Amino acid sequence: MSDHIAAIGAIAAKYDNDPTRLLDMLLAVQEQERYVSDAATRLLAQELGLSWGDIQQTVSFYHLLSQEPRGKYTVYLNNGPVSIMQGYDEVAAAFAEATGCTFGSVTADGCIGLFSTADMGMGDQEVAALINGTVFTHLTPEKARILVKAMQKDMPIQDIQDMITDTGYGDGNNSLPPIGSMVRNNIQKSGPVCFGPYQAGAALRKCVAQSPEEVLAEIKASKLRGRGGAGFPTGMKWELCAKAEGPERCVVANADEGEPGTFKDRVLLTERAQLLFEGMAVCAYAIKAATGTLYLRGEYAYLKDYLEQVLEQMRLENLLGKNIAGTSGTSGFDFDIRVQLGAGSYVCGEESALLESAEGRRGEPRNRPPFPAQSGFHTMPTVIDNVETLAATVQIIDKGAAWFRSLGTEESTGTKVLSISGDCDRPGVYEVEFGITLGELLTLAGARDPQAVQVGGPSGRCLNAAAKETAISFEGCPSAGAILIIGAQHDLLTIIDNFMAFFTEESCGSCVPCRTGTWMLRNTLRRIMQGKGTREDLTSMRQLSAVMQKTTKCGLGHTAPNPILNTLDNFPHLYDALIPEQTSIRAFDLEASVQASNLAVGRASVVKKEQV
Amino acid sequence: MNEDMNNPQTDFLSLTIDGQEIQAEKGQTIVQAAQKNGIYIPTLCALHADKENGLKHDLAPGTCRICTVKANGRTTAACTTPVSQGLVVENDTPELNDLRKTIVELLFVEGNHFCPACEKSGSCDLQALAYRYQMLAPRFHYAFAPREVNADSSKLLLDGNRCILCRRCVLSIRTDEGKPIFVFSNRGDKSRITMDPELIETISDELARQAMEICPVGAIIHKGKGFDTPFGKRKYDHRPIGSISPDTTCSSGENTTGEEKS
Repeated sequence: MSDHIAAIGAIAAKYDNDPTRLLDMLLAVQEQERYVSDAATRLLAQELGLSWGDIQQTVSFYHLLSQEPRGKYTVYLNNGPVSIMQGYDEVAAAFAEATGCTFGSVTADGCIGLFSTADMGMGDQEVAALINGTVFTHLTPEKARILVKAMQKDMPIQDIQDMITDTGYGDGNNSLPPIGSMVRNNIQKSGPVCFGPYQAGAALRKCVAQSPEEVLAEIKASKLRGRGGAGFPTGMKWELCAKAEGPERCVVANADEGEPGTFKDRVLLTERAQLLFEGMAVCAYAIKAATGTLYLRGEYAYLKDYLEQVLEQMRLENLLGKNIAGTSGTSGFDFDIRVQLGAGSYVCGEESALLESAEGRRGEPRNRPPFPAQSGFHTMPTVIDNVETLAATVQIIDKGAAWFRSLGTEESTGTKVLSISGDCDRPGVYEVEFGITLGELLTLAGARDPQAVQVGGPSGRCLNAAAKETAISFEGCPSAGAILIIGAQHDLLTIIDNFMAFFTEESCGSCVPCRTGTWMLRNTLRRIMQGKGTREDLTSMRQLSAVMQKTTKCGLGHTAPNPILNTLDNFPHLYDALIPEQTSIRAFDLEASVQASNLAVGRASVVKKEQV
Repeated sequence: MNEDMNNPQTDFLSLTIDGQEIQAEKGQTIVQAAQKNGIYIPTLCALHADKENGLKHDLAPGTCRICTVKANGRTTAACTTPVSQGLVVENDTPELNDLRKTIVELLFVEGNHFCPACEKSGSCDLQALAYRYQMLAPRFHYAFAPREVNADSSKLLLDGNRCILCRRCVLSIRTDEGKPIFVFSNRGDKSRITMDPELIETISDELARQAMEICPVGAIIHKGKGFDTPFGKRKYDHRPIGSISPDTTCSSGENTTGEEKS
């Protein structure tokens, strides 16, 4: 017990007993003890001057934290859409058979825990799993059996990775320490902004030679819009924050890339980390911020050491820290960045939920107003931008707003980095100019007999693959980054069901229409898929969707009905085939309903005797 | 009625709700401004502090969304949206009332609500709103989800079947040091209210009664005490929720009279 007290005390002390670093502490406890026990919760509460409940509400929110032991080795097998299309079931069955335990449980000896997890940003190299923080890609049933044997032999996770990596480590920085991972970048098409020529520090030196207002004006002139999905004009966001009252300001980079099918930020973080960090510094200079935070999704923890190494190098090169880029005295520009890990939660990609999480609490969206630009991270006026948005600002400052506007379309300037996955020959990352059509993308990626394309992930739009003229842009069909190609051989509604289960699980549970609406839509869809649906179910799904769009608190609830609405609109025949006639009450199954009673009293049903 | 009107320190502004012009204080929410002016906006999570419920501050968790109004044409939760000069609010409209009815229906099918067997019947805000919006057979399928009834504590019983996760108890029922006794756990469809097993034993009778009082449904029961007011004489037995009391401009949704004394 005293050992335990010391261990928890050490973890708390590592983060200065600061309750706002609770997430870091809980991740450390989870890693050390393989779960966050009630005892650990109470000890941590004592250390931090919190109550059991203060910590319980946070622990129970995140899916990479658990309150039951998850095994010496914890396997999180990705059950995202691409994974289920590419063999999740077979790989999961192999894991279950080899360990002798079912998903959601731990082997009797406490060695291996099997759990499924939502999409972890590896859509171009499925089936993927996260085992004790290490990413395993391109899994097969055979590899699953090898992994289980290695874990049973108690091999260190690093050795297991080296053993299973038959083709060597991934490309680019993935192959080098401190990343040293089998993850591949798969950069299929480079563009001029994110993957274009980049001279480190050039933009920052240009910034400090200008006034913050001039930098802001250049960003506004570029007509850059947020790449995370909402498309808010970046210059306007920065200006709102710069004008907000507050002793200090803050820049947050949103690297909580959780939209299933999206993995472009993972590649940017791996290959263009300095471009991102320099973008954060450009923003800091424009809004006069002194601190920055990169919120990194828990599934990308394997990149953390590398990102911190890049930050350290930038400090040595006078691109972060005090008196950046040769500034000095009263005009000295000070700015530094810290990496904050998430712990598994999709809704934390929503900016105010991200802030809650970064402050150590449940990742629930805040009530607005106030908006983050007025009162954000620790009540500081805060700019929160997507990784890709911040990266683009560096090139805008370096090469000019006019150059940036020459790319893309009138309304959607610049380029977009897309993550293309699913049924295609060349899955991976593509940097393309806005305005590219769906047909062009399908050709570029080598799509194989596509029936549907999910643009922007489950919260985006499900298009019929025949809609080839659809342009990817804010004024056309916007995409936060995901292009998921669904071939004709797949049952589309099975994938839609996967999306709805995802939203049901990832809703923060706070607001009624989202918490209840997501599972109601999922259950109704499942009933229809089982052949028990009615025409009224279709109407009620549309009505419920409209209520969710009008009443939910944040973007998750607003967009969660999209997979249902899009398929009702674009693929009505799928529903028609399942509800063939003008039916009455099909949801009620008389035989099934009276079966238990029949068995109990030993009598046969008069309705269908042969079934009893 | 409004002493603050005479206070030169307070900033006032005007807005309209369903065409009626009203005065409000800067910093108030739409729900607070409406309440002061005797206009009823339904709430299941937001709660006005008064002598009866003993709250020190108004609550506005923003969770139930039944107060959804249109402010300058955009739907928003009235309990978390501040008033502004010239704001045009739509409240009692067929469109909004249909949204509210849907939310009531969703809550009824999410939990297990058996009004005839519930101690809170007649004083229950959820039940009263179901009557107000004339919910008949819900248009959605019941979840029939198993929920925990936690009777471990010697002080309070927490019935998960009836809980609508509004968070009134989480935000307001706290120890002297401000520690939460009720805790919001998990997320998504697994979300539940739980009790701190140690702190719940330290709760005073007064605080336990307050927890039962502020609960909009019958999820929190003060053990050994319960409700004194008999059926037939309860809050909504003679005056439907949202009706304006004769002696005050407060709506009866906020103004409780003579009941639930332990």
